[in-house]
Amino acid sequence: MPKDGEIKSGIGASSKRREDVRFLTGNGNYTDDINIRGQAYVFFLRSDVAHGTLNSVDTSAASAMPGVVQIFTGADFEAVGGIPCGWEVTDKHGQPMQEPKHPVLAHGKVRHVGEPIAAVVADSLEQARDAAEAIEVDISELPAVINMKDAFKEGATKVHDDLTSNLCYDWGFVEENKGAVEEAFKNAHHVTTLELVNNRLVANPMEPRVAIGDYARSDEQHTLYTTSQNPHVIRLLMGAFVLGIPEHKLRVVAPDVGGGFGTKIFHYQEEAFCTFAAKACNRPVKWTSSRSEAFMSDAHGRDHVTTIQLALDKDNNFTALRTDTLANMGAYLSTFASSVPTWLHGTLMAGNYKTPLIYVNVKAMFTNTVPVDAYRGAGRPEATYQIERVIDMAARELGADPVALRRQNYVTEFPYATPVAVEYDTGDYHATMDKLEEIADFTGFEARRKESEAKGKWRGLGINNYIEACGIAPSNLVGQLGARAGLYDAATVRVNATGSISVMVGAHSHGQGHETAFPQVVADMIGIDESQIDIVHGDTSKIPFGMGTYGSRSLAVCGSAMVRATEKIIAKAKKIAAHLLEASDTDIELKDGMFSVAGTDKSVAWGDVTLAAYVPHNYPLEEIEPGLEETAFYDPSNFTYPAGAYACEVEVDPDTGKVTIERFAAADDFGNVINPMIVSGQVHGGIAQGVGQALLEGCSYDEESGQLLTGSYMDYAMPRADDLPFYSVDHSCQTPCTHNPLGVKGCGEAGAIGSPPSVVNAVIDALNSGGKKVAHIDMPLTPDRVWNAINNA
Amino acid sequence: MYNFEFEKPSSIADAVAALGGDEAQALGGGQTLIPTLKQRLASPTTLVSLSNIPEMQGICTGDDGALCIGGATTHGAVASGAGAYPGLAALAGHIGDPAVRNRGTIGGSLANNDPSACYPAAALASGATLVTNTREIASDDYFVGMFETALEEGEIVTEVRFPIPQASHYEKFVQPASRFALVGVMVAKFADGVRVAITGASEEGVFRWAEAETALSVNFSPDALDGLTLDADNMIGDLHGSKEYRAHLCGVIAKRAVAKAA
Ligand SMILES: Cc1cc2nc3c(=O)[nH]c(=O)nc-3n(C[C@H](O)[C@H](O)[C@H](O)COP(=O)(O)OP(=O)(O)OC[C@H]3O[C@@H](n4cnc5c(N)ncnc54)[C@H](O)[C@@H]3O)c2cc1C
Repeated sequence: MPKDGEIKSGIGASSKRREDVRFLTGNGNYTDDINIRGQAYVFFLRSDVAHGTLNSVDTSAASAMPGVVQIFTGADFEAVGGIPCGWEVTDKHGQPMQEPKHPVLAHGKVRHVGEPIAAVVADSLEQARDAAEAIEVDISELPAVINMKDAFKEGATKVHDDLTSNLCYDWGFVEENKGAVEEAFKNAHHVTTLELVNNRLVANPMEPRVAIGDYARSDEQHTLYTTSQNPHVIRLLMGAFVLGIPEHKLRVVAPDVGGGFGTKIFHYQEEAFCTFAAKACNRPVKWTSSRSEAFMSDAHGRDHVTTIQLALDKDNNFTALRTDTLANMGAYLSTFASSVPTWLHGTLMAGNYKTPLIYVNVKAMFTNTVPVDAYRGAGRPEATYQIERVIDMAARELGADPVALRRQNYVTEFPYATPVAVEYDTGDYHATMDKLEEIADFTGFEARRKESEAKGKWRGLGINNYIEACGIAPSNLVGQLGARAGLYDAATVRVNATGSISVMVGAHSHGQGHETAFPQVVADMIGIDESQIDIVHGDTSKIPFGMGTYGSRSLAVCGSAMVRATEKIIAKAKKIAAHLLEASDTDIELKDGMFSVAGTDKSVAWGDVTLAAYVPHNYPLEEIEPGLEETAFYDPSNFTYPAGAYACEVEVDPDTGKVTIERFAAADDFGNVINPMIVSGQVHGGIAQGVGQALLEGCSYDEESGQLLTGSYMDYAMPRADDLPFYSVDHSCQTPCTHNPLGVKGCGEAGAIGSPPSVVNAVIDALNSGGKKVAHIDMPLTPDRVWNAINNA
Repeated sequence: MYNFEFEKPSSIADAVAALGGDEAQALGGGQTLIPTLKQRLASPTTLVSLSNIPEMQGICTGDDGALCIGGATTHGAVASGAGAYPGLAALAGHIGDPAVRNRGTIGGSLANNDPSACYPAAALASGATLVTNTREIASDDYFVGMFETALEEGEIVTEVRFPIPQASHYEKFVQPASRFALVGVMVAKFADGVRVAITGASEEGVFRWAEAETALSVNFSPDALDGLTLDADNMIGDLHGSKEYRAHLCGVIAKRAVAKAA
């Protein structure tokens, strides 16, 4: 395999991210940069109580305030659909999940701090805010349901009066295995039990959400500019389910987007509101979220409480695994909320191991908190964290080496059908662990531990494996599992007359570097320079119907569509070349942008062929159409399974409980790699978020009042550069995906999935090496929590 | 924010006159006040900027050897210009980030008296004198409680005079999110004794730790603090640290401050 940097262009080259030129020089075009003549501004009056009956919203005084165009309340949206959920989960009794209506503006009740109650449209934002202060809202407060265990109790206050309880669903997976799993636990030689919390997170993309609705009376055309990872999904959900706008009358544009991390997948009320209000007011309506609003209106992530048990036989083989999870849905079901703790989580509970029997129970709860949905990794970090923590704990209890215990239980033969309904196509977990041992320098650890000791610090080494399912997803399979959409993607390759190429893709780039990596693939296939190719994304009026970017799917799914479309282009171009060269198209070879007749010196350049396609003077018009443009839709036949091994080394200051990360190593298997530099960057960012979750970030609510305690950066700790070490990342272990044309697996979420367990494992190791018998600390491992654990040990 | 009038006087006298107006408020670097206004948590009719008053800018040495810092001097200017008092310069250099340090002012910080702010610890540990437009206030009389000071309505901090200790250090254990002090300890060793001030920890704001001062005045070394504890009852307990944790940290951080004092 070539080393990073050896390949200079095309697949495998670390081409510089071309989009960074505009991002780094302030020339990006973000949604907030868009201003439409005559636009009005909306300010949302949001609930400051967590739970209450909305008795009245009196807008009469406010409506008379200067600059006010119109004020909307929940009553204005009664005839309009609710914000839909995109995935129907069936519970263990075969019943559909409970699915409350999610109104655009609160109606009858408010259910979380930050829920919009009224929307003021005015000439200026400040006028809208002034008027919002004059709105009289009468709310009778109700007890807030915050803690999931309380929410589950008999007689608990109900978040939704029209539902039978706060339970969205009680999901058992695989229900048929339950008896066998119980039996295996009875026969176990050793059982390790761990209760843990996967802490609630706020995604905090650098760019807050923005939406602008525009409406042209002349042709009844709606346009929504929005900070979205998937404009077609928004068009479908909002057009079909909320506002009833036919798709040909609705254009959704997601221009440059400053980070998404999952939280910009979902269809939000503000988008529907701006689209609706633009027509109602006959003016463009713009909303720009403040950071404070983002904390209480962007979907949050994670928030699971789990008890996991691992059964082992006398030889330390894993014999069974079972879990009980409470998963927080928040007050309403966000777009993919229901799928995260179930199909994106339960199906990964085998991890990298051949545990034969697994049973997962998930109870999804409604609470008076912001809706919770997918956040970088979505379900897979929760699965990985449980598995890799419980294995570490078992190793400690049994006095086993944590690496050896893992290795002994690895899946080694592929394809491998797990007991949780997925089939790993390929992988080599020993190879990534071997690589990790090398780059993390396991052998030097004891010496480093001694050095730390000499400074009065406790040093720990934590390792873990991870596996994820990416490239979501085979549409027919997810359809059976409750998805209300297909999950293919699409690309159109438009070759221009002089040979340059525009590729219109359904994937959306908001930090991933598609504008650089995608052209590398097409350039490689044709043999022309990357600079001849641009991608176009983020505008439903320009691109084919693709499903957008999340779940590390862009290259595996949309990239595959692009390959298929490019193959069609090449096949047609060969026919044209054959005509020009007076040969048979089966004899035409394409190399380095030249078509030649095999075994001869006759050739014609790419640009001459493309020109012939658009200036078809000498052209086989009776056989093929002029022009050179092809579209392909690609629906994957399986998920992809990136996997890897991570190691973290920490120092703990026993006097303060402060943890510092001294070393971090990641050995990933992403299959084939298109741009190694971009892949490393994705892993770096993912680790930063994983370390953030492990040490710093924790969204917290007051359990009595339901107030958000971490509503700003004063209290919500984001990881910063000096919280992180230099990473050692490697992706030279490559077992290419067997079922997509590029052999790629996806790398966007790995860092966030793979890093939290190794950080926590390292801290526990450090405390134990300091003589403190601490079994577990819940994330985030703040100095306060670590010090408490030390003190109570 | 709400609309307000804006004045930018060039003398203390004009500033004081402008602040006499109805609901007028002083604006230092705006690093606390502007976010407050943006959230509509304050509604002054007039903001009187103190940033254009030469008398309130800069650093000099007084006749008694004290370091005199104009009330509108930025943290950045103190970090780079208070070399005569290294402990103070280092403290200023670790407030917030460069943007905050280039705007935030010493007068604004001391007037605000945030219970987690850094400067109050320096002023109190140094036995500084706060000079206002009407009087001089000893730091021991100035800090009244959380966000409370001895300042009267319309009174502004025009200068702060810091006696320069023989050795000093400010040790800050940061709150992970805000990076203000979860516990910050300033120790200052003078010829006639040691002063120790702690910020971030107490519900009453910055305070002096008398027992530690006595012990360190006898023996200026970390060991002198062995066995000394603070009562957890009056400590701040929140998401970032329990009362007990803060009480414990006071001792640990104070020792580190002594160890690093130079
Ligand atoms: C991101 C961030 C990080 C920060 N980190 C830290 C930190 O680590 N440590 C720390 O100590 N602080 C920190 N701060 C606070 C910062 O130091 C502020 O600058 C300071 O608290 C207020 O000073 P100011 O000049 O900006 O005052 P302003 O915000 O302008 O005013 C604050 C208050 O003081 C009044 N005022 C201003 N000047 C005077 C004066 N001369 N006389 C009387 N009243 C006056 C104003 O009327 C107002 O009530 C941080 C702030 C931010 C935004």
